[in-house]
Amino acid sequence: MTKVLIIAEHDGSALNPSTAKCVSCAAAIDGAEIDIAVLAADTTGIAAEAAEFEAVSRVLTIERAENEKPITAKLAPQIAAIAGDYSHIMGPSTTFGKDLMPHVAALLGVNQVSDIMTVENSHTFKRPVYAGNAIVTVEAPAGSTVVATVRVASWQAANGGNSATIAPLDAAAELPMHTRYVSLESAASDRPDLQTAARVVAGGRALGSEEQFGLIYQLADALGAGVGASRAAVDAGYCPNELQVGQTGKIIAPDLYIAIGISGAIQHVTGIKDAGTIVAINKDEEAPIFEVADIGMVGDLFQILPELIDAVN
Amino acid sequence: MDKIIVGLKRVVDYNVRVQVKSDGSGVETDGVKMSINPFDEIALEEALRIKESGAATEVVAVSIGTSESQQQLRTGLAMGADRAILVTVDGDIDPLSIARVFKALAEKEGAGLVMLGKQAIDGDNSQVAQMLAALWGRPQATFASGVTIEGDSARVVREVDAGLETVEVDLPAVLSVDLRLNEPRYVKLPDIMKAKKKPLDEVPLTDLGIEPGPVIKELQYAAPEGRQRGVTVDDVAGLVAALKDKGLV
Repeated sequence: MTKVLIIAEHDGSALNPSTAKCVSCAAAIDGAEIDIAVLAADTTGIAAEAAEFEAVSRVLTIERAENEKPITAKLAPQIAAIAGDYSHIMGPSTTFGKDLMPHVAALLGVNQVSDIMTVENSHTFKRPVYAGNAIVTVEAPAGSTVVATVRVASWQAANGGNSATIAPLDAAAELPMHTRYVSLESAASDRPDLQTAARVVAGGRALGSEEQFGLIYQLADALGAGVGASRAAVDAGYCPNELQVGQTGKIIAPDLYIAIGISGAIQHVTGIKDAGTIVAINKDEEAPIFEVADIGMVGDLFQILPELIDAVN
Repeated sequence: MDKIIVGLKRVVDYNVRVQVKSDGSGVETDGVKMSINPFDEIALEEALRIKESGAATEVVAVSIGTSESQQQLRTGLAMGADRAILVTVDGDIDPLSIARVFKALAEKEGAGLVMLGKQAIDGDNSQVAQMLAALWGRPQATFASGVTIEGDSARVVREVDAGLETVEVDLPAVLSVDLRLNEPRYVKLPDIMKAKKKPLDEVPLTDLGIEPGPVIKELQYAAPEGRQRGVTVDDVAGLVAALKDKGLV
């Protein structure tokens, strides 16, 4: 019997869209019964959102003051304590899930399947390795719990319309005090979230400065798009780290991705492979980004961008 | 703090364009350049800086693999690690077993910090540090882009999806490091000569009392579905027209 427990990702008040992707992945396993666990200080709003997903049986809420911030050392023992009933424990392959799920796996004495792209059957999955340059089919051992992270860019969000049972749960676990949350520094923005935006405009090293990177924001705003960046642009300090797209940043799948002044290193391209349409603007016609671009334009971005912003406006 | 243990994994070099073998059994590694996993090199650099600041007395580089990993450990010694341990295994070993190796060594050495890369660029798993923290019962701070040692604790800035998160962890602790933590030093020729004289001990996995459990089997490797080069447009009008064609603006 396949029973999947999904660990909800949230910011303390609202569900992160990554959870809806996990539900779709779990639902791809034949006959899976799906529960979602919400660990928070106040689970009310988050649990209500989670209960709407099609195919979800129950939403289990674990409310403790210690669950106010996502500290793995505190969350993992609670998840391990309720894992006994499940054949699968899944979380998103976001920094939240990447931090948490291997810790849960080790507490349960199993290895983890990282970054599920497709489900072949209950224990067989496809996942990317070598920055997406190879896809490997893996088989988790039968007879032990499958702990996995879900590559969110590979999955559509689950549909809503459901009203699953919400049940409080007591996860008796002693929680360590050795890890303490201090702060989160986040560049507040009204723009669409990079990981879920339908359109993304991204800038690279060729923007040349933080000030000139402003052109990327202007085009993004004209298109109602989220903003991304190459590692080079982040390293150079043109924009904050959370905008980085690629193997070590965010893996995204927008309908439209516009890469501006980005050469297209393998490590960057692996982050956008699932995009619907890729547009590349670069002055170097040999740039590898053109090999994966559906629409390419060779030229000086400082001439093209103002014109393009005007045209879109 | 007395000792810092740093993990160094031997991987296909960052610049190699990886090819899947025609029989799907893995990727081509014959005649391919091998290096220290870049994230691990950053972990070593940070450990060396902590030692140089006076907050630690010894940096021990550890690798788990075949005797070929000696090469990466020698590079680590040339960078400045004081000694190295190679835990020898035949073939591949799973992340949970690797975490058990680090736990055994951390306890034996009395390490104040175990520092690892946030992921290895071959398997892209990102598991060992988190697993080690679970098995060892010590704090984890993953994806670190800033580390400050403050007596018996460390303040760590973490690169998370929402921005930069700061946590405080008691030592001993496990850190996994991200790209922007530092820029690793270049190795100088005299250091390479000196590194040849530094101790490099080999310990068979079985001597640590670790028997790998059930692993996640790799059934088949395949090349990813490629994207095709599309059209080229000459001007902004052409670009906007192409986007309109696809219903994107």
